[in-house]
Amino acid sequence: MNIDVKDHAALSDVFNEDEDRVNWHDETLWWIRQKRDKAVNQLPEWESLRETASQIKNNVLSYLSNYLQQFEANATKNGIKIHWAADAKEHNEIVLGLLQSKQVKQMVKSKSMLTEECHLNEFLAENGIDVIDSDLGERIVQLAKEPPSHIVLPCIHKKKEEIGELFHQHLGTPAGNADPQFLTETARQHLRETFLTRKAALTGVNFAVAATGEFVVCTNEGNADMGAHLADIHIASMGIEKIIPERKHLGVFLRLLTRSATGQPITTYSSHFNKPRPGQEMHIIIVDNGRTIQLGREDFRNSLKCIRCGACMNTCPVYRRSGGHSYHNAISGPIGSILAPNLDMEKYADLPFASTLCGSCSNVCPVKIDIHQQLYKWRQVIVKNGYATTAKKASMRLMSFTLSTPSVYHVGGKAGRWVLKHAPFAVNNKFNPWYKHRDMPEPPKESFGEWYAKNKNGR
Amino acid sequence: MRVGLFIPCYVDQFYPDAAKATLQLLEKLGVDVIYPPKQTCCGQPMANSGFEHLAGGCNELFIKNFAEFDYVVAPSGSCVLHIREHLHDDKNPEVAAQLSSKVYELTSFLTDVLKVTYLPAKFPHKVGFHQSCHGQRGLHLSQMSELVAPGFSKPGSLLNMVEGIEIVPLNRIDECCGFGGTFCVVEEAVSAKMGKDRVEDHLEHAAEFITGVDMSCLMHMEGILNRKGSKVKVLHIAEILNGE
Ligand code: SF4
Repeated sequence: MNIDVKDHAALSDVFNEDEDRVNWHDETLWWIRQKRDKAVNQLPEWESLRETASQIKNNVLSYLSNYLQQFEANATKNGIKIHWAADAKEHNEIVLGLLQSKQVKQMVKSKSMLTEECHLNEFLAENGIDVIDSDLGERIVQLAKEPPSHIVLPCIHKKKEEIGELFHQHLGTPAGNADPQFLTETARQHLRETFLTRKAALTGVNFAVAATGEFVVCTNEGNADMGAHLADIHIASMGIEKIIPERKHLGVFLRLLTRSATGQPITTYSSHFNKPRPGQEMHIIIVDNGRTIQLGREDFRNSLKCIRCGACMNTCPVYRRSGGHSYHNAISGPIGSILAPNLDMEKYADLPFASTLCGSCSNVCPVKIDIHQQLYKWRQVIVKNGYATTAKKASMRLMSFTLSTPSVYHVGGKAGRWVLKHAPFAVNNKFNPWYKHRDMPEPPKESFGEWYAKNKNGR
Repeated sequence: MRVGLFIPCYVDQFYPDAAKATLQLLEKLGVDVIYPPKQTCCGQPMANSGFEHLAGGCNELFIKNFAEFDYVVAPSGSCVLHIREHLHDDKNPEVAAQLSSKVYELTSFLTDVLKVTYLPAKFPHKVGFHQSCHGQRGLHLSQMSELVAPGFSKPGSLLNMVEGIEIVPLNRIDECCGFGGTFCVVEEAVSAKMGKDRVEDHLEHAAEFITGVDMSCLMHMEGILNRKGSKVKVLHIAEILNGE
């Protein structure tokens, strides 16, 4: 592991310095998890819905190229222009090219984690294009010059007082005003002005229907529609895995998505786009960026089933207590931890270890991704590829030797207990990470094995 | 029925009372239990750290010790889950597969194999029950709060047979305690915070004891309780089910 890259443990160590904040973060996300529980328990068919969704996605991944070509043909027939991007760089250049062809210098963008993954905003800024994020949460982190910390709730790490301060600095609201309703209204006015003046809009894609060549964007604020309807050019960025075969399958996914995300029965706006309005241009950029590599990794391919609901983050006890930024990746939390090493195994070698493997993520996942099993498998791959520290390798070898050799284990265990009893300072010190917040167990005078040999021998 | 008793390494070394209670409980229920002395560890500490390839020695030893028993029982959901999912032997894959399906966590052995309906146990105290993730989500010892399905609990049904026991309710019924094997040192900050929060839930509901099917989670919570100077004790479920 490259030690000058800050890893999840070091970043969460910092996050945990402010315990009140950790408590607040944990409780906020747990509250959403509880809303999710309430919503899903109202549907007796919940588990079969998950199974259906999972199977639809399995089918999609097995015939991905067919569906993509079908989608391209149908969308083209509808008058939409399709572009293919092999990676983030190509995606960003296509966006820039389209904007330049229209001499557009300003763009409004609704939420798209793919553009975060591609670092589109930075790229466009370097090329003199001003982007305004129209999702309220995204706008807030944009003003704070931070990446989103959650895929559905981008500014969940910020308290309302901090948002008030940001608005005061950037949008001229009175200092000290943190009234959510007032702040929302301010943002609404500010964004309305943006929508009316931007000539270009970019949206993400939640679902692209192969059979009809249309796509669906889900937002709770209607901001995707506002941007796209008023702009002369609408660009939609989608990962290759966003395909579903037919329109009827939308019913399954739309029922799962928001219940899992926030506990709502359905997203406030599920906007269907199937052709440009007269005089408008509509473009879709279909992006690979490592997805076909993941598709080829059999153990990890079904991570591509993800519909980005964020439920795995809300339920993850580690995410709740470490914050999204500690994952140092556009997609944080459990799903981010299995997607990131695919993109760069060395840089993200820490993420599969940022889990207790409790399995809660796999249970909430509406498309039944075996997230915690994949975390376990990534650990094996990462170690095999040499991204473990020398110290860890050495200690693992020693442990393996001790535990594979009963005589060494018995002597070692006895010695260990002796040390704990007679020289606790040897282990109870600041170099022992266990001891920082926890006491060591009280060593018993004999092990069970020793007791058994004395008392039960010859049975 | 010959049952091999598997006592995971850290239980052997640090919590012999949990192991004794397991043995005595099984004997009390008429089971012929044998403890093979040359056992050590299931290999999980290596495997969960990404070094599954170094767990071969543990696998071999486990197979050598336990292959001939009708069942193997261990007082640890986590170790049993590891054996169930990862025990293998390249030379003898069938033996490993057969053995791993015969390995049971104590409470599931009592409910599923022995079908225990009565226990002569008494424990007149307020007890918090910690659902250990590997036992619960991995071995499905009880229903999980994330799923839409009828509730049940194997350890819970056994605890209900204990006279005088009062199981306290918890705010988060099955949240992880944060132990996670090497996670507890590699991710010290988050692990300790999770442990603190988990313990707090039990304390808030006035538990006098915290119990569970996994001594490792209990060891973690005990470390936190002791650091706080709390009087609350941890006890493996076997010690309660064996209590008189
Ligand atoms: S992995 Fe599953 S739970 Fe997590 S964001 Fe994706 S669909 Fe939602």
